Amino acid sequence: MSMLRSRPAFFEGLKEVRVPFAAGVLETLAAGDLVSLSGTFLTGRDQTHRRLCALLDEGRPLPVDFAGQLLYYVGPSPARPGQVIGAAGPTTSYRMDAYTPRLLELGLKATLGKGVRSPAVREAMQRSGAVYFATVGGAGALLSKCIRACELVAFADAGPEGLFRLEVENFPAVVINDLHGRDFYDEVAKGR
Amino acid sequence: MKEISSARVTEAVKGLAMEAAYALEPDILEALLAARDRERAPLAKNILELLLLNADIASRERIPICQDTGIGVVFVEAGQELRLGGNLEEAIQEGIRQGYDEGYLRKSVCAPLARVNTGTNTPAVVHYELVAGDRLTIRFLPKGCGSENMSGLAMLPPSAGRQGIIDFVVGRVVAAGPNPCPPVVVGVGIGGTFEKAAILAKKALLRQVGEKSADPDAAALEEEMLARINREGRGVQGMGGDTTALAVQVETFPTHIASLPVAVNIQCHAHRHKEIVL
Repeated sequence: MSMLRSRPAFFEGLKEVRVPFAAGVLETLAAGDLVSLSGTFLTGRDQTHRRLCALLDEGRPLPVDFAGQLLYYVGPSPARPGQVIGAAGPTTSYRMDAYTPRLLELGLKATLGKGVRSPAVREAMQRSGAVYFATVGGAGALLSKCIRACELVAFADAGPEGLFRLEVENFPAVVINDLHGRDFYDEVAKGR
Repeated sequence: MKEISSARVTEAVKGLAMEAAYALEPDILEALLAARDRERAPLAKNILELLLLNADIASRERIPICQDTGIGVVFVEAGQELRLGGNLEEAIQEGIRQGYDEGYLRKSVCAPLARVNTGTNTPAVVHYELVAGDRLTIRFLPKGCGSENMSGLAMLPPSAGRQGIIDFVVGRVVAAGPNPCPPVVVGVGIGGTFEKAAILAKKALLRQVGEKSADPDAAALEEEMLARINREGRGVQGMGGDTTALAVQVETFPTHIASLPVAVNIQCHAHRHKEIVL
């Protein structure tokens, strides 16, 4: 297709961030920063959240330790033979809002999805020192190229809604909620 | 009398399901290209460029454009002079089942209360219409629910009038912010009854993106609503810029003297739609 000029500038000059985060890194991020994430993501969406919170309700152990981790809201499409993963873009984050404060209490340091978070989640992020990133919704084919490995951790029967561990390289994202209480979407809506 | 077999319908629907997931149609690609060229905000322009690159990778490598390959919405126009072999509904659902399975598409359909996945992406939602002639037209619109969830319907009092319609539609799109993956295509159904307005809003999405309504009043409304939505400046992915919506498409139907139903069906930029005529 002739429509592409070159590699989108979106990928140029991004702030490189390792995940899980080194001490002091989250403090340096500001709402609106473009970042390139490399390292390990955990994944989950509606069913995973529901089941994790049910385990907590029953006082049972979780299948993975969330302390210090990033949780990516994604339900990938099936991988073709020989591929790591299918399309793997973000799902809308507000559906996880009801569950997110409980995971933040366990030490979760970042979430990644798309769309606005509730006031309750923003407050919980402030209390626990966590940030929220968004990546580009509807770019699942392209984002799948940033994923080097995908391993199932729990909830196999939930299919794409399972909990996976991903190894990612140069995964593009935007800081929406930073540690200083700023919200990039709000600032856009107010014309800064 | 012309006869179309179940097997042919199944094969056609399977093909539509797979191709829609990988390759955007020229109308939406051109709308995205034009938006990129017009866009003045650097971040929004870069994201539009990224979306075009995504579409390019998806069609070349047959990876879904978006992992949410949707719940199937199928509009069928069956010619009255046509003879259909077997069960049309079953043939369509079988096509969905095969397409989602063989195409490595995500199965996203579940029981509404138990939330258990059906495992096949069926049932699709199928709308039938009888028309003159002996052709079978099948239009397929896989609907991602990030955008579907931001849709809405209002039973306005007729006194709300044109301004009430504009305020409701623009308000829905602006309130949705980044959630439905803007830039969006906005389907609007005005008139009829509660369910008719909703179906009109969905049908509006089947038009070619940016094709104006043939009704001058509706066309003027489309233009005004699009301009107002984009002036609000939520922009690409809610991250600012000139392009919150690519198009507003209005369909109308006469309504009751006491009623003014308005439905807004929001569609994401990955506006996948495909049709076949048998």
